[in-house]
Parts: sequence; structure tokens; C-alpha cells
Amino acid sequence: MKIAEKKSITLTVNGESHHLEVLPWVSLLDALRERINLTGTKKGCDHGQCGACTVLIDGKRVLSCLSLAVMKENTEITTVEGIAKNGELHPIQQAFIDHDAFQCGYCTPGQICSAIGLLNENKANTREEVQDLMSGNLCRCGANRGIINAVMAVKENAPYE
Amino acid sequence: MHLMNNFDFTKVTDVESAISSTQKSKGNKIIAGGTNILDLMKYFVTEAETLIDINSIPGIDNITELPDGGIRIGALMTNADTAYHPVVEEKYPLLSKAILAGASAQIRNMATNGGNLLQRTRCYYFYDINTPCNKREPGSGCSAITGYNRIHAILGHNENCIAVFPSDMCVALAALEAVVNVSGPNGERQIEFSDFHRLPGNTPEIDNNLEQGEIITGIELPEKGFSKNYSYLKLRDRASYSFALVSVATGLELENNIIKEARIALGGVAHKPWRVKEAEDFLVDKKANRENFSAAADMILKGAIGFEHNSFKIDLAKRAIIRNCMMALNPESQRPGAKPSL
Repeated sequence: MKIAEKKSITLTVNGESHHLEVLPWVSLLDALRERINLTGTKKGCDHGQCGACTVLIDGKRVLSCLSLAVMKENTEITTVEGIAKNGELHPIQQAFIDHDAFQCGYCTPGQICSAIGLLNENKANTREEVQDLMSGNLCRCGANRGIINAVMAVKENAPYE
Repeated sequence: MHLMNNFDFTKVTDVESAISSTQKSKGNKIIAGGTNILDLMKYFVTEAETLIDINSIPGIDNITELPDGGIRIGALMTNADTAYHPVVEEKYPLLSKAILAGASAQIRNMATNGGNLLQRTRCYYFYDINTPCNKREPGSGCSAITGYNRIHAILGHNENCIAVFPSDMCVALAALEAVVNVSGPNGERQIEFSDFHRLPGNTPEIDNNLEQGEIITGIELPEKGFSKNYSYLKLRDRASYSFALVSVATGLELENNIIKEARIALGGVAHKPWRVKEAEDFLVDKKANRENFSAAADMILKGAIGFEHNSFKIDLAKRAIIRNCMMALNPESQRPGAKPSL
């Protein structure tokens, strides 16, 4: 049985270039966690059903478990490690602290990246719309109310960005 | 023996190369957004020798306005970009709402229109390679008929397969009478939306009428978008991020309160979006009221047969049709997640 060859790729993550040799079926999630040692992004289900693996690619929120590393060259990938700037928390991160938006913290990196993606999209207006547009991120601890409160708090302080 | 999944990877930059790779071998499979094919591969339901990345093919990721007043939506455009495109929001809001009822924001940012048409059923037994499934392995049997069949079909099924086609976008495309633009080894062709997806028949392993080597390049919508009176309703076990038990797309053209044209398509109930022209024709020149929508609903659900865990869908679908048609009289009443109007 022929095994595929590794591909030489360059991934730009949080502004830094990483040169990797990866097999084609390595997910972006595994490349981030296992190869680049950015373990902030979590593997919740590995099947695109929980949102814990959410990262931003060119400012858009996507699931890294359903992305192949070899397909993400020439993009700007932002993980939770790249959200704070110069030691200053992003408004969403501060709001998550202020509004009790996490308990175990496992879904939290995905929630934070997803919330920032939501603000970038600028489509959610009411609380009901924010809930619907954050529904791709599951929280088994039930911190959902705090998460939505945090997002609404940052929205209400608009203009964002 | 399976690995997750011992495939090679290559990129193509034009339609011809995509066609020739996929025509050459069934082991050469296209990847665009990847949100369905990678999931299927992780479960070993699908495998490939080589994945062909088509995301760099130019010219099929945008919207073109057509001379007849319609539009062509590129196959490589993401579901999110399509749903939020100003022309779609204004002229075909039914399509926008249907897309936004599906999946999650992250998935919609990745998934492409072409891929949405080609997604596979989410039948639990199709996904579990340790169970008999005629769709995965013709002749092995259908585990769902005597199994847990809550999310399965009530229309158009047979003893071979009771799987449901899960796309929301396609229910709207069916109602809008879209046309699929396809390019293949024998050139280009157009497939009427109602002819794109198949019923299981004797070939439950075949979901649609694409030939090997053909790829979807675009989806055309006619000029009529029912933008004044439309609604998409999705009923599911959660308020969001779940597949439909039953969904309804309605488009109405009204003169005062009289229906001049009606389109009603159902999702979550069959192997393809379900439309019954007889019911739509019945509504012409009738008053837009519950009584007439109810009569139409009975026609649409004619012949429905449920199974141990999904017979509730028959009555649910009838009520959903009435509810959604009433919502279409006032599209403002639609709610996020395609929930019922208050």
C-alpha cells in the first residue's frame, strides 16, 4: 500500500511563519496543536460538531478540525494565543472574565475566536441573533448565558474594531 | 485496513483539470470547503486516493447577473457569502434565510454552494460502517427501516433506503426552481433542480444525477424570487445547530389576498427536497388562508408513510406547511434559526 508523501508547507499563525512537512490528511487543528505547539485551540469532537476548534482565518471563523493544513497556506491564521495584543486583553477576553463566561474553560478558546468572528461579520444585532450565530460553539458547563452577556456587552460598546 | 485516510493531495487551477482528474478515477475526489467530505473520511464512510483541491479555480466563486433578470451563483462561493450577498438578500431572501438556518456560522464560512448540493445523508447507519447500509454497500440491507429512524424519510422511500437529504439551501433552491450548471467530459449542461437529486429507487447508492467527471460550476436562479412573500421554517430537536425533522420553504405571489403563484418545498422528509406541483397549482386564484394552505398540505403529504420513530413527521409537516405559508404573508415574522413565528 502506497503511503502518500509529506508536503512542505508554510503556515502563517499569529503573524509568524512556520515551515512544516505534513502528510495531506493532517488537520489544521492537529498541525496547530501537535506541530506548532499552540495548544490553546482544543479538540472537542474532531468532527465539526462542537466548535471548540474554532480559529480565525483571514478574520473569518472556521473549524480547524475540518480544515487540512495543506490547504491553508497563504492565509492569516489567528488562534486564541494571538488574540491579546502586546499583553493587553482583547475586549472579548475581558468581557468573558467580567461576565462569568467560562467554567472549565475547554470551549473557551473556540468561543472567543467565534465571538470575534461574529463581531467581524457584523450581522448579529439582537440577543436572539447573537445566540443563533454563536450556536456553533457548544458549552457543556452551561456558561452560555455568560458568553452571550459578554458578546452583547462588547457589541453595546460598539463601534467595535 | 483504514488510515485516516491514506490520500495524496493536489491542487487544480481550472475546470478542465478537475474534470479530467475525476473522470480518470473514482479515487480522485474533489475537495472544496471540505466540511462534509473530511467528516465522512474521518468516519471511513468515504475514502480517496487523491483529494483534488479546486479552490483556486477562478471565475466560479461570485455572482453574475443574467440577461433574463436572474442570477448565476458560483459553485465555489461560500454558503455565508451567498446568504449575505446584497443581491441574494434583496431578490432571493428565501434562499438567504434557508442557508442561514443550516449548520453553524463556522461551517457556513467554509462550505461551498457546490458542496452543499453534494452533501451526503446524515443517517446514523450510513455513517456507521459496522451496520448494513444499501447506500454505502448496495445489497447489504437498510438498518434504518427497523432501527432508530427519527430523522428519516416519510415520502419517496422504499425498502432499499429511507434516508433523508439534509440540506436547507436545497429546499429553497427547489422552491425557486434553480438550474444547476455542470461541466464535464461531454461539455456543459444544465440540470433542472428537481432532476438533480434522486429518489432511492433501485440505486440508493446514487444520490444525484451527476456523471463521473462532472463538476458543478454554478447555480442559476430565475428572475422570480418571491421576495415580497416568503418564509423558511425549520423544526428540529434543538433551537439551532441541528438538522431538520421537517422544514418548509414557501414563496407566494399575491394580489391583494389572492394567490397568483405558490411554491412549497419540504426538507427533512425525503431523499430530495419534496415539491408537489398539484398542491401549488391548487392554490392559484385561491385566498391565502389557513383552510387553503391546509388543503395544499394534505396534497403535499399524500402517500406519506412513517416508521416506528418518525410517523409524527406526517402531522408535523402538515402543520408546518400551514404555519410557514401564514408566515410568508408577513416575512418580518421570521425569526433567527428559522424558528416558528411568535
